[in-house]
Amino acid sequence: MNTLEIENLSVEVGGKKILKDITLHLPGGETMVFFGPNGSGKTTLMLTIAGMPEYKVTDGKIVFNGEDITSMKVDERAKRGLGVGFQLPPEIIGVKLRDMVKICGGKNPREDLTREESELIERFNLGDFINRDLNSGFSGGERKRAEMLQLLAMKPVMLLLDEPDSGVDVGSLRLVGRELQNYLDSSGASALIITHHGNILEHIKAETACVMMDGRIWCRGDPGEIYDNILEKGYRGCVECEIRHPGEGL
Amino acid sequence: MNEKKKVSSLTELPHGILEAAYKSGIDAREEERSGTYMYVDHSRVLSHINERFKGKLELLDTTEALKKYSWLEDYYWGLIDADKDEYTRRVDEKFGGYFLRILPGAKIEFPLQSCLMISSSGMEQRVHNIVIAEEGSEARVITGCTTHPDAKSGQHIGVSEFYIKKGARFNYTMIHNWGEDTLVRPRSVARLEDNSTFISNYVLLQPVKDLQMYPRVLCEGENATAGLNSIVYASRGSGVDIGSGIEFNAPGCRGEIISRVIALEGSRVTARGIIKGNTSPAKGHLECKGILLDDSSIIHAIPELVGARKDVDLSHEAAVGRIAEKEIIYLMSRGLSRDDATSIIVKGFLDVDILGLPEDLQRAVREILDKMAAGM
Ligand SMILES: Nc1ncnc2c1ncn2[C@@H]1O[C@H](COP(=O)(O)OP(=O)(O)OP(=O)(O)O)[C@@H](O)[C@H]1O
Ligand SMILES: [Mg+2]
Repeated sequence: MNTLEIENLSVEVGGKKILKDITLHLPGGETMVFFGPNGSGKTTLMLTIAGMPEYKVTDGKIVFNGEDITSMKVDERAKRGLGVGFQLPPEIIGVKLRDMVKICGGKNPREDLTREESELIERFNLGDFINRDLNSGFSGGERKRAEMLQLLAMKPVMLLLDEPDSGVDVGSLRLVGRELQNYLDSSGASALIITHHGNILEHIKAETACVMMDGRIWCRGDPGEIYDNILEKGYRGCVECEIRHPGEGL
Repeated sequence: MNEKKKVSSLTELPHGILEAAYKSGIDAREEERSGTYMYVDHSRVLSHINERFKGKLELLDTTEALKKYSWLEDYYWGLIDADKDEYTRRVDEKFGGYFLRILPGAKIEFPLQSCLMISSSGMEQRVHNIVIAEEGSEARVITGCTTHPDAKSGQHIGVSEFYIKKGARFNYTMIHNWGEDTLVRPRSVARLEDNSTFISNYVLLQPVKDLQMYPRVLCEGENATAGLNSIVYASRGSGVDIGSGIEFNAPGCRGEIISRVIALEGSRVTARGIIKGNTSPAKGHLECKGILLDDSSIIHAIPELVGARKDVDLSHEAAVGRIAEKEIIYLMSRGLSRDDATSIIVKGFLDVDILGLPEDLQRAVREILDKMAAGM
């Protein structure tokens, strides 16, 4: 359950080929971390999995829990349990964070919050934000917390998180990391997490890490080891890396 | 209902009338209202002030009040020229309507509700309302203007003159719920004295054939504050030309105009706004946003700013277009269908929070919005 299989995926955005022949397998219940330089295609891959319409799959397929979802609409994928936490979530005027918590739980936004929902909001320290327009005037870190709050209210079986740790202070990172890991442990959900910082690995148990370069998966291995290598040699080191075996086991 | 029998409480009115009144925000229980005024076609059917607000406010037919108070002559047509256009001239000939006076220093926590209804097809309703908020008073009025479900066509011509005295705070909310074939011509002006505040909210959610209005607020006293908000959902071939104007004629005044318009199904909406800074310092902002839900409708936004002193600070923000695709997709990624996502965004855009309404009225307006969005 909760498996994701991507085979030979190529993706175009705005007529430009961004992802090239990506093959990737995420076993159920596992967490995979994505590293890679700016513009290497991490967000593109994630949003393609989520089904954003501007990302055109020109080749290959995406299979989620045995079902081919390659041409499925965003909402249908969400209904199957895919939950996306955006790198840059939009502001929506007049739609309150509180409404979003209800919507994510599949309920009418006008309904009262349940105790469980209120507790979740408190745990994310977002009590003061729930009656504000979504993301309107939220700081970078507050947006990230609001994204994570919504995702946990959605109870997805697979989380796609785009830089959940960027712009998040130390305390909030601990909070978000703990909530996320608790959720993964208790639900058995899988997760794909894009990050530029290894810090989140202190709070999250990840089985594997991938490095993306120029629209391809460059290498794959132990998260700690890969991160240490990136820290030491930078992505330039990845280019020259000798232990890399392209195509191996991906 | 042909004979306009006078009643002493709203609940005595026929069900059809109550139902229509409710849709324009009128609360039949009257518990959380300081008073109720109901006017059907040419006649008043109810004028009632809650026991505990007696002595704090006065509510009469305008004609009655003119007989009772000779000083009212100075206020009657004091802000609007009776010869302004064919509509004001018609009201000058023959009219009904209410005179409302909030007595000095009176703080009235519950809103007063008034309902103006057209009960039968082809009727031309003319009203002339005069509102005086005396010094230091605080009050709110909700006016629901509506057509009886059986009356498809009709005309409503309403003149309203508001006098907001020193330090008074007055909040006026008007909800229109007309039959599709109604012609509507409100004509209103408010005059603000020193340190007074006037907030006017306008809500139009149901189709209307032809509505034109351009209420003005004259800030004549120092540090007067004006806020004019309108929420318009123009559907089924509605023709709407609305605006709000604020004039700063004394130093230290502030004003804000917010208008949110949704247009669909062959509707034409002109959304005007003007802020004139004739004195300084003065600060004014105008926000005019429109969303088109299809290709058969037109929104014409005309924001205007006129500054006549170097120390005025006037700004505007106008936008007309479609709903941002990014927002729809975002909501879809949370599991909503495209239609549900669109309706949530539209409802948010018409968020009644910006009106600062009392909670029960806010709920009532939300319910109307929900019903409307359900049929969208
Ligand atoms: N809508 C678009 N139109 C044109 N080019 C796009 C579009 N979206 C992404 N790209 C391009 O695709 C490439 C990959 O972008 P992507 O956002 O996937 O990178 P990323 O790895 O997530 O980078 P970062 O670490 O900066 O978030 C970039 O060169 C970007 O400019
Ligand atoms: Mg990115």
